[in-house]
Amino acid sequence: MGLDNFLIHSTKNLSSNMQIIVNGESQEQSHPLTVTNLLKSLDLHSKQVAVEVNLKILDRSDFDTWNLQEGDKVEILSFIGGGSLSICS
Amino acid sequence: MSSNPLQDPLIIAGREFRSRLWVGTGKYKDFEETRLAIEASGADVVTVAVRRVNITDKNSENLLDYIDPKKYTILPNTAGCYTVEDAVRYSRLARAAGVSDLVKLEVIGDERTLFPDTAGLIEAAKILIAEGFIVLPYTNDDPIVAQKLMDIGCPAVMPLAAPIGSGLGIRNPYNLKIIMETVNVPVIVDAGVGTASDAALAMEYGADAVLMNTAIAGADDPIMMATAMRYGVDAGRLAYKAGRIPRKLHASASSPIEGML
Repeated sequence: MGLDNFLIHSTKNLSSNMQIIVNGESQEQSHPLTVTNLLKSLDLHSKQVAVEVNLKILDRSDFDTWNLQEGDKVEILSFIGGGSLSICS
Repeated sequence: MSSNPLQDPLIIAGREFRSRLWVGTGKYKDFEETRLAIEASGADVVTVAVRRVNITDKNSENLLDYIDPKKYTILPNTAGCYTVEDAVRYSRLARAAGVSDLVKLEVIGDERTLFPDTAGLIEAAKILIAEGFIVLPYTNDDPIVAQKLMDIGCPAVMPLAAPIGSGLGIRNPYNLKIIMETVNVPVIVDAGVGTASDAALAMEYGADAVLMNTAIAGADDPIMMATAMRYGVDAGRLAYKAGRIPRKLHASASSPIEGML
């Protein structure tokens, strides 16, 4: 077995992929995946964000340790400019 | 230039604010214009909405890169929430984003007027106050509702002048004055202001502050209008504190008759 094949074979045994839904979009991510790592993969770790997993709002202190699971619905929110908009506007 | 030359701070839930003009962040051309307008307004408190982060465009900019949370008090709102459940959920998410316990609570009752659903507002406010939020409720001009909001623990009330973005100015000054007599918490006139004189009038009636967004962002020259609003709020506040002359039906001569030929 060549070195490349050996490495691919090894990592397959340690992790796998999973489908999660992030902000309404289905995404394939590697498993295991903490919330912190998900945010990092989206270039979001430095921003002030709120994270909700399956309707549960996470404490920021849990981001490093919360492991996402297959099928999880993740919502990542932050602040934008704005207020309520009328249908007449 | 200070927006409060007489050292007349606005105090809400133990927090002191220099400026009595609060501004929103929606409807601007871009973040830079938002930043410049807010600076021109002299505002200390800036409202923001809570929405999904754009995860597809990694280069998309962040509002808080332009509006420094260290320089301004960021006040998240529950814009676009039509139910108690949504308003509570968005409030909790806003707090989870780690900026503050303050929330400008909106529970909208109607898509065209954006008038508040006051029953839902009171219900949502109760839930959030019990969870330790500092709730600033966007309400209507009903003094009974204002009283209820105060009684359940809101440290201020925010009655609308007119529908959001309508630019109509204060539609019901009589009710607004009654609200000011009724509650003993700060009254922040929110929504419907159109131009500087509307803001000045609100302050002359006795409002503690004015919140506006569209009046500035939608003006032909938002930065100029932001400056106008700053002066308008200051002028109105000073006039209120200075004690105006009464309105009289008849003339009251300014010069003595004695000494005339």
